[in-house]
Amino acid sequence: MSVAAEPRPVGVDLQENEENRALVEAIEADNDDLNIRHMPGMIRLTKTGQLVINQASVEARLGRPWETHEFQLAIISYFGEFVEWDDDQIVIAWKH
Amino acid sequence: MTVPAQKPVRKLSMKQRYSALTHDLDWTPTYVTEEEIFPYTTFEGIKVHDWSKWEDPFRLTVEAYNKYQSEKDRRLYAVLDGFAQSQGQLGLTDASYMNAMKIFLQGIPIHEYDAHRNFSYLARYANGPGARFAALCQSMDELRHAQTEIHTLSHYNKYFDGMHDWHKWSDRVWYLSVPKSFFEDAMTAGPFEWLIAIGFSFEYLLTNLLFVPFMSGAAFNGDLPTMTFGFSAQSDESRHMTLGLEAIKFMLEQDEDNLPIVQAWLDKWFWRGYRLISLVAGMMDYMLPKRVMSWKEAFELYFEEQMLNGLFKDLAYYGITPPRHVQWAIDEKEILSHQVYWVLYQYSHAAAFTTTIPNEADQAWLQEAYPETWPVFKEAVWDKAQRVQDAGGRYFNPGLPQLCTVCQIPMGFTEPGDPLTQCQRQSVYEGERYDFCSDGCQWIFDREPTKYRQSWLPVHQIFQGNCGGPTLPDVAAWYGLQPGDGGEYLGSPDHQNWLAWHGQAPKED
Repeated sequence: MSVAAEPRPVGVDLQENEENRALVEAIEADNDDLNIRHMPGMIRLTKTGQLVINQASVEARLGRPWETHEFQLAIISYFGEFVEWDDDQIVIAWKH
Repeated sequence: MTVPAQKPVRKLSMKQRYSALTHDLDWTPTYVTEEEIFPYTTFEGIKVHDWSKWEDPFRLTVEAYNKYQSEKDRRLYAVLDGFAQSQGQLGLTDASYMNAMKIFLQGIPIHEYDAHRNFSYLARYANGPGARFAALCQSMDELRHAQTEIHTLSHYNKYFDGMHDWHKWSDRVWYLSVPKSFFEDAMTAGPFEWLIAIGFSFEYLLTNLLFVPFMSGAAFNGDLPTMTFGFSAQSDESRHMTLGLEAIKFMLEQDEDNLPIVQAWLDKWFWRGYRLISLVAGMMDYMLPKRVMSWKEAFELYFEEQMLNGLFKDLAYYGITPPRHVQWAIDEKEILSHQVYWVLYQYSHAAAFTTTIPNEADQAWLQEAYPETWPVFKEAVWDKAQRVQDAGGRYFNPGLPQLCTVCQIPMGFTEPGDPLTQCQRQSVYEGERYDFCSDGCQWIFDREPTKYRQSWLPVHQIFQGNCGGPTLPDVAAWYGLQPGDGGEYLGSPDHQNWLAWHGQAPKED
């Protein structure tokens, strides 16, 4: 389909702990207009359009290699679709 | 020390590894036909032309799966150890909090195990390697969830009532037939319907409402182990959501004839799942001493905003419309938890949890969260319950409730727009009358009366003489309930112990 869908919010809920701090900072840095909501034990990041997690940004803040598979240890839930999950990047968006 | 200028280069990219270690391990049979190997994927009418189109966006391999799952378990078990060593149960907000965990333990882990079994079946009987491998991972996840939930909550069984015979209760006790009938309904469907029922409708549409606010609620009430297993399980759940979404899109993309079948399953399983988690609504709003958010707010956030305004616009591309009875659910968001908890309150003498009248702080919170509807319910039921209590009694309903034939919840739901008039729907099938709590449950029955006429309805079973005898003590004995498991919270052994542990009152023997 070539018709661009109206941009809608997507988001991810992550455990809020020390290990995920660098990840959250990387997501904040790479996604403009990110909405952040704190709940006990967790942090909810939402954004209209698409949400991107870049391996390089996480590694730069973490100071060690980070495989995108490691995102599985942080995630609690999400909405949208994983339109890309590769070695260097994860992208959450709606396809249609 | 020399630092390598570049990271070691992987031999294969993630995409290539996934492809090589899942899809490429498949082969085309020559000695037998595909139908002989995979006999269960045609009878439901779903047409599949190319199984290789089934992809796992997570691109998991056995190696990656084991690596990250074992890390998740290591983290969890470290927390459990620390909690047990430090007598963490003393730091809960209140012993009444445990009632929420009792219902969780009684109603969920055993069905995680059911899910494990059925995903094992899919891991064998789905035609495509992508679907089989994703199902295999989910099957192992579900087993892990059952084990970690039971293991985690076993610590509390040393200190609190209502946790000792969850396995037996699941098969016998009235409110636990709600989750049991839900999962057994799904397991006795075909593999594609199972994927829409559990993979899509439960995991993607609704599970956030069960786990996320609840586990955040655990975090808020000093329940570190539950928070940890909950978030640990939920991290797998993200993969399950992905499998559910992949499943529905796969069916819709394979053949347009699949659309009406999938839509009807979606209509059915949305309502089944929604009614099941109404128990969560009651727990969230009434059983957590400290609350993170109300049911209404969670429903708006996790269902209306994410699903109706996000997902269903995406699925509209395929011709899918929002679930048939979704408006009914939206209309109920202000009253659902009040109605469910009132049912739990008046029948908790025959249950393995305790309840009590919302205290002053609870009432202030309810007033703020539900300014329109709380005063209505307060006047209609709680003020009366309070008068009974003030006179030295405790209101328990002495009769047995009629159950909805489909969701099996006592008939306590009401007509749309009228929170005090009980809703009752009836269908007659082959001369027998069946009763329902809502249009949604009636619609489900009318589609498949030969399935739902077989419901094992706990109240009917008591009247038929299959539950130990005609009196409450007979039935409670057959259930395996012990003194302290159910009834009123105030003055219960859990309450007394809690006071004694905190030096507030001597324990009465």
